[in-house]
Amino acid sequence: MERSFVHPYMPNSVPEVKQQLLDELGVKSVREIYESIIPKDLLYKGRLDLPEPIHSEYELKKHVTDILNKNISTEEYASFLGAGCYKHQVPAICDEINTRGEFLTAYCGDTYSDHGKMQAIFEYASMMGELLDADVVSYTTYDAGQSVCSSFRMAVRIQSAAGKEKSVILVPDTMNPDIFSQADAYCRNVAEIEKVPHVPETGLLDMKELKERLEKGNVAAVFYENPSYLGFFEEQAEEIARLAHQYDAVCIAQPQVSSLGIAESPMNLGADIVCGDIQPLGMHLQYGGGQAGFIASRQKLEYMEQFPTYMYGIARTDKEGAYGYGRAMNYRCSHGSREKANEYFGTETGLWGITAGVYLASMGPQGMYELGETILLNLNYLTLRLNELKGVKANPFGRSNFQEVLVDFNDSGKTAGEINRALLEHRIFGGKDLSREFPGLGQCALYCVSELTTQGEMDALVDALGQILR
Amino acid sequence: MIRIGLVVNPVAGIGGKVGLKGSDGEDTVQKALELGAVMESGQKALIAVRLLNEVKEQITVYTCPGRMGAEVCEAAGLCYKLAGGDTAGGQELSSAGGQERPSAGGHTTSQDTRCAVERFLAAGVEFILFAGGDGTARDIMDAAGTEVLVLGIPAGCKIHSGVFALDPRRAGELAVRYVRGKVRGTKEAEVMDIDEEEFRRGRVQSRLYGYLRIPDEARMVQNLKSGSAYSEQDSIDRLSDYIVDNWEPETLYIVGGGSTTASIMRKKGLPNTLLGIDLVYEDRVIASDCTEREILKIMEKYARIKILVTVIGGQGYLFGRGNQQISAEVIRRAGRENIIAAASADKMLNFVGRPLYADTGDEEVNQYLAGYMRVIVGYGDFVMVRVN
Amino acid sequence: MGYYKKNRDFHEARWDEPFIMEMGNPGERGVLVPQASEKVRERSGEASKLIPAGLLRKKAPALPELSQMQVLRHYMRLSQETIGTDINIDIGLGTCTMKYSPKIHEQLVRAEKFQELHPCQDESTVQGILEVMYKDAQYLKAISGMDQVSLQPAGGSQAIFANVQTIRAYFEEKGEADKRDEIITTILSHPANPGTAATLGYKVITLYPDENGLPDLAALKAAVSERTAALMITNPEDTGIYNDRIRQFVDIVHEAGGLCVYDQANLNGVFGLTRARDAGFDMCHYNLHKSFSSPHGCQGPGAGAQCVSRELAQYVAAPTVEFDGTKYYLDYQRPDSIGKLRAFYGVPSVLIRAYAYIRSLGPDGMKSIAELSILNNNYLIKKLLKIKGLSMPFAEGRFRMEQARLSWQELTEETGVTTDDICRRIVDYGFQDYFTSHHPRVLPEPFTPEPVETYSKDDMDEYAAAFAAIAEEAYTQPELVKGAPYKAALGARIEEECLTDWSKFATTWRAYQALGK
Repeated sequence: MERSFVHPYMPNSVPEVKQQLLDELGVKSVREIYESIIPKDLLYKGRLDLPEPIHSEYELKKHVTDILNKNISTEEYASFLGAGCYKHQVPAICDEINTRGEFLTAYCGDTYSDHGKMQAIFEYASMMGELLDADVVSYTTYDAGQSVCSSFRMAVRIQSAAGKEKSVILVPDTMNPDIFSQADAYCRNVAEIEKVPHVPETGLLDMKELKERLEKGNVAAVFYENPSYLGFFEEQAEEIARLAHQYDAVCIAQPQVSSLGIAESPMNLGADIVCGDIQPLGMHLQYGGGQAGFIASRQKLEYMEQFPTYMYGIARTDKEGAYGYGRAMNYRCSHGSREKANEYFGTETGLWGITAGVYLASMGPQGMYELGETILLNLNYLTLRLNELKGVKANPFGRSNFQEVLVDFNDSGKTAGEINRALLEHRIFGGKDLSREFPGLGQCALYCVSELTTQGEMDALVDALGQILR
Repeated sequence: MIRIGLVVNPVAGIGGKVGLKGSDGEDTVQKALELGAVMESGQKALIAVRLLNEVKEQITVYTCPGRMGAEVCEAAGLCYKLAGGDTAGGQELSSAGGQERPSAGGHTTSQDTRCAVERFLAAGVEFILFAGGDGTARDIMDAAGTEVLVLGIPAGCKIHSGVFALDPRRAGELAVRYVRGKVRGTKEAEVMDIDEEEFRRGRVQSRLYGYLRIPDEARMVQNLKSGSAYSEQDSIDRLSDYIVDNWEPETLYIVGGGSTTASIMRKKGLPNTLLGIDLVYEDRVIASDCTEREILKIMEKYARIKILVTVIGGQGYLFGRGNQQISAEVIRRAGRENIIAAASADKMLNFVGRPLYADTGDEEVNQYLAGYMRVIVGYGDFVMVRVN
Repeated sequence: MGYYKKNRDFHEARWDEPFIMEMGNPGERGVLVPQASEKVRERSGEASKLIPAGLLRKKAPALPELSQMQVLRHYMRLSQETIGTDINIDIGLGTCTMKYSPKIHEQLVRAEKFQELHPCQDESTVQGILEVMYKDAQYLKAISGMDQVSLQPAGGSQAIFANVQTIRAYFEEKGEADKRDEIITTILSHPANPGTAATLGYKVITLYPDENGLPDLAALKAAVSERTAALMITNPEDTGIYNDRIRQFVDIVHEAGGLCVYDQANLNGVFGLTRARDAGFDMCHYNLHKSFSSPHGCQGPGAGAQCVSRELAQYVAAPTVEFDGTKYYLDYQRPDSIGKLRAFYGVPSVLIRAYAYIRSLGPDGMKSIAELSILNNNYLIKKLLKIKGLSMPFAEGRFRMEQARLSWQELTEETGVTTDDICRRIVDYGFQDYFTSHHPRVLPEPFTPEPVETYSKDDMDEYAAAFAAIAEEAYTQPELVKGAPYKAALGARIEEECLTDWSKFATTWRAYQALGK
């Protein structure tokens, strides 16, 4: 006898209905079906070692909520954490749209049946195109790291298609260490990623060193972040692009999207490929689950051919003024052509693309400008206030920063970790401890603000640090 | 206006149903007719030609008189121009009604087909649709080469060539797509034929005769998660790159015929005999279009030998069709492990659940070759296929 | 009982919605942005002076300017022009496991205690989410029989990628990486298998199916050698045929010194019936957004899980989530790890849903998923195969697992109507278009339904009836089917060359405008 287990997610678990299906197939039990196709020695004899089911929806909600309630969120404590994941205002309509069942549960329907989804994604790419001043914008990738990885490989392919066997990618040694290690592993069989040192006094890329590396003639691409992982603007952006081009290298830049209402897009500073993360554009923190990447370039065939993701294209129709959309040129991709593809890819982050579209449409140029403005003002305030503290040096490189600032605790006699633990007592998440990622910097932390950070929170932080470091 | 040529071989396929295995040669045709055979190729052509009405405003159809095309056009209600048709006739006739101008002997010959194609070319035709079989394809090839785009409506007994659509309807559909500008790519397809004399005696001996250029149907937009979308040429480019990148030094390469091996040779920057065997050593062709004897003689001087072949014909011959010069003895001396087989991924998909063949004329060597073999289909990309 | 709608008079919403860049007026605002306080402004001065001169944006981005209601309405309309699983019988997207995504899960992942968690928070403040992740990993061990799990992958393909990285790491450690440079897969395995292998520079050797539709075992024997790094194989493949010789496949590869990787994307019919490790596999992966019920979100975010044997535990993607008896923690102390795949820790929202899903079903419920999806599938196949022109190639008479690859070849030959035509036509009956096949189309005119356990008998009957009606149309009025869809959101036919011709191709509105000039 098979157990009868009637569950709301399984209509045919009702014994009578199940019996009808079995009768139709002329079998006595489902077991009879699978025992006819799965060899005996492979059948799992035991009962899966899983906890017994929670009976009702209410009990399930209570159970999971009880677990999640062990968390303390950034709504409860003031947070100065960033490092690739940023807490911004999420307009209510972003949540409204991405919880719509139609979008939430759609998948890979096509041009005619999922016209709305296709338009929403094309609109997302179009608005990103405006924000970045780029003609070509990819479908969303997993995250910034994936976008950087793919941009690197694109550059190598672009060089190779032009008959140049160049495989070195130059990156600043201050770049996001997680993304560096991701890219290093991802590109290992096609490229060597080399770190170019920063000028110790300024943090900026050492241009003399960059030039020397470029002169070797084997550089496929030069990459920079703006702002850098450590928060400061790379003021030499244009010069980096110029140098890269002088030596026939591709210039790849990763901007912070939340800065682009006020800061110039790398596209306008000579970059060829621009990539990064759209999490700041309407995605909640979600413990790092809201990340989604983009890759963009100019409308140049040699670049477009090398995009490793789907691209949504617009198509005229037989009706004047009506457009349709389709996933196009997918012979470049692993779905389209198996291992002849450039790189693999799969189900990525479509819903976040649509959400970012809603965000950008809501913000408009004015909203994006004000976003950048508030962040700049808040960060500057925090920097000034932190520097009032003894033993604390905020912005040790003395640069202009966006959203994040390096805070040096080396003279405080305490480690960044100790300070962060002490801040928890004050209901504050201190900046990200960098002592493990950048041992050369000693005891430093990366402090982050956004337009949501209040003066009160910043003042409270300074007060708390004052007490902790007393 | 797009100029389309239409030629029907009215006797194509006539021998099939009365068991004559083909219809090449006037005697055979006569015999078939005596046995009560019916000329069906016109009917097949009509299925395709009817569809051209969808784009009739955009095309001018050039065809031949009577059963070689005009009748089909009339039945389809399609306007046409005559581009000559009998072996003697010369000037182009303009006609909406057409007139019966049977060619010599009441049925047509190869010469008629070739002649028609020449006139199409003279009239500026860019796309030739023909109804017939492998024999007709050969005639077209003789006259047209790979300059003009061609598509076969399958109507003969023998359809081994790759120049035919799957069925007449699809031939018509593809022609319509072409006219509408929806077919972008073209590719070279094999013209194969068997020796009918041998065939009638029960021996199948197909040969690679050459190539015609056909529209490449591979569509680039597909449903998500499906999508065949790279072109056949892309696959050949990649496998060529792979073979060239892994070319071994101090090794004699015996390079078989076919357009795939030709592409590899082009990548290598070497001249090539399309339908013959070339020998290459250290980036140099040391002998062209060799006979078996020449190959064996040159082989003696080299310690390391590779045989590079592609898959020929719809039935999939690695050896014995189009490369008989690479004989049983050559293979025996080179060794199975030194055979490099390469073909496009698309082509290899025809061999899912079907074997490739090696017919060297030597049963022992055939047995030696039997078993699984790797076929290169892309860059570092192989499929395992059984060889019979 | 047993009622279902035949010939539903359906029409999808069709709003003919303009493009967003054309809407609105200069000066309109969709949302206001928090401003810096008076005092902050006082101390910080002008924002534009806080940016290096050369980096100040010269021209504002030409984003739309729209009021909030208008933005909302636009996107609501677009959502209505989209057919999600919530509103249709989504059986057609086979291999995608379009099961019901329980709404209670959506309430759970929208908890502030999750949404507003920063990934760099101190571990003591994220014990809840770490507990969920840890337990997920334990459950997956039970389901797979494997010994170590990493929840880093952001999707199924990335999990497969992690497994290929693990292959490389393993042979590097053994000093055999240069020698073992070939990966064997099958033509009916998911394209991400050869795709990821090639991404990491492996040569790929593909096996075709034999006459029974299963990967050719003799071909595998001929393919393995001292160069073999691994076999990457899906079971069941998209055909739904269970590969009953799978153990032999594993043994042959192991004997040659290679590793065996099980693509378990098609898990839904397998839960509790058979386990990857028990079939001898060294690694497997799961798509957590599929069988574990996360909504597919217009292609993501999904999540993947990498599961490996004890011998390979040291290599999995880091960090893993561990438990020391009192607290949960992220384990970065994994020197041999292939490293990080994704920012932070995978996609935790999908992990919460998977947790809730497993907890709401328990061991018997999970097994019921497999049983009912197998039952449903074979029932639906039986119904569908009564339709003229539709057949199921390979292994005739044999039951399938949770999905099946069918073929409209006969119908196409007889009517000229292709699977692509039918795929568009089914939309007129109120269903999402269906999945034909991964590339390449080994079977002609493919159609791959997957009636997972959340569909009722009536759902399946309605679904089958719609195809019967379309087949009837194909034989009587083929042009009707070829011209479809008529009732979809987009009412006009696109010019395909806009998507296939680079010179007409645009991914953004601005590029499209520029092409027109």
